[in-house]
Amino acid sequence: MRSAREALTASRRAPLLSALGVITIAFSLFAFGLFGLVAINIRKALDQVEERVEVRAFLSDSTDIESVAAAMKDIGEFPEVNRVDYVSKEQALERARREMGEFADVFEAGVLPASIEVHLRPGQRSPVVVKSVADKIKTYHFVDDVRYGEEWVEKLYRLRNIATVAGIALGVAFAAVAVIIIGATIRMTVLARAKEITIMRLVGATDMFIRLPFLIDGLVKGVLGGLLALLFVWIANRVVNEYFIQTIFFNRDLIFVGVVGGALMGVLGSLVSVGRHLRRV
Amino acid sequence: MIRLTEVAKEYPRSGIALAHISFQVKKGEFVFLTGPSGSGKTTILKLLYMDDRPSQGEVWINGVSSKNASGGDISRLRRRIGIVFQDFRLLEDRSAEANIRFALEVTGAPKATIRSKVARVLTQVGLASKATSFPRELSGGEQQRVAIARALINDPFVLIADEPTGNLDERATRSVFKLLRDINASGTAVIMATHDLDLVRRSNYRTIELNHGRIVFDSAESPAPARRFDEPLEIHDTPTGTESI
Repeated sequence: MRSAREALTASRRAPLLSALGVITIAFSLFAFGLFGLVAINIRKALDQVEERVEVRAFLSDSTDIESVAAAMKDIGEFPEVNRVDYVSKEQALERARREMGEFADVFEAGVLPASIEVHLRPGQRSPVVVKSVADKIKTYHFVDDVRYGEEWVEKLYRLRNIATVAGIALGVAFAAVAVIIIGATIRMTVLARAKEITIMRLVGATDMFIRLPFLIDGLVKGVLGGLLALLFVWIANRVVNEYFIQTIFFNRDLIFVGVVGGALMGVLGSLVSVGRHLRRV
Repeated sequence: MIRLTEVAKEYPRSGIALAHISFQVKKGEFVFLTGPSGSGKTTILKLLYMDDRPSQGEVWINGVSSKNASGGDISRLRRRIGIVFQDFRLLEDRSAEANIRFALEVTGAPKATIRSKVARVLTQVGLASKATSFPRELSGGEQQRVAIARALINDPFVLIADEPTGNLDERATRSVFKLLRDINASGTAVIMATHDLDLVRRSNYRTIELNHGRIVFDSAESPAPARRFDEPLEIHDTPTGTESI
């Protein structure tokens, strides 16, 4: 309680420094937040593309419907498989005409074979898994051909890996920059009160007693900076949505993690800065 | 109450600051520490309030030994020691009263007693009328009185003063010194480092003289003060770099 009052008094004595501290923390977390927003949107876009990964098995003309139904039941029980759909010759024709637009009339009834479409579960769409599912489907004697866009799946998978590695590397870099800036901001507060700290030690204040107001100060600045950064990111997201492309915003859990992360950075920054200072004086 | 036994202090860069320092200070005693710049006065004072620890030997003060004192022991010890510096070390953005109150608040003293204690020490140092003045509104002598008041607020058993009159004119020096004598008369030991030989000569207190980190004279052991103080002490203004602050 006393430490909280002390922290508040210190902020009141140097309102500009405190405001600068909060704004600096907010901007460094804003940069991190913007990166996070881009990352989750790229991830969502990749997820959407990935949902289209499917294995299509073309059936020979003579296949009876019971065999197909039995095979579909079997395939549907594969652990990797989410859903199996049957596409009749007529449906295939209709779909082809729809997709071809003005060239729709080049197709005649009976040209396209019936097929079954196998949709895979999320996380089971890597080239290896897709190929193994395709190979298993190929073993049915009435399956003429199996297609799954091998090259496309591999490219997508590679892109996803690059995005993940780049995301982690950039995320760590942004987080490190945020930690360094927040540490420096809090260090400024500590240096501004260096004389006070020296006197506190000389009159017998314990290190914990000296530290606590700084920790509270760091916590409050971290939370305020985090909330302000969240507001900035939200505004940026609105602007992008309004004028450029449709994007998603952080969900409630990520917002919570962000603000708690800001608070934690504030506390850790204070702990390190005051600790270093106390060891020196 | 205070005992230094074969104390030596060596700094990695500047070398030996103190060697073979042994002396005791009794309860209520007044001791001058004299000697040229860099002779080790400030180092001894720092060892006394445990801002630093000896490289060898032991500093023992009011039951706390430099050999095994924990951070908590040092904090508790400092609440029973008053420390005064040449540069006052007051917080510029607070009134005299707030500066003194600060020393009590940060040691977690009960709030109810703070106001009366502050008023008492301000009266004791003769600054009751300047309680609300800020350091910049006070003269050097007055600022040092505020610093002394702050040092007295916890009823110390010893007041450690490092060149307390070093920044003051003669008149302020006399009044601050009188204040220190009064404090000593009321039972608090005073250990005062000073360059001011006039002050040393005019009073009859015990004097420990240092040179190059060693005790070259202690009036308690060789009671012949007239020998030293009839002739001016040699003051070397060539700091050896061993004295920090």
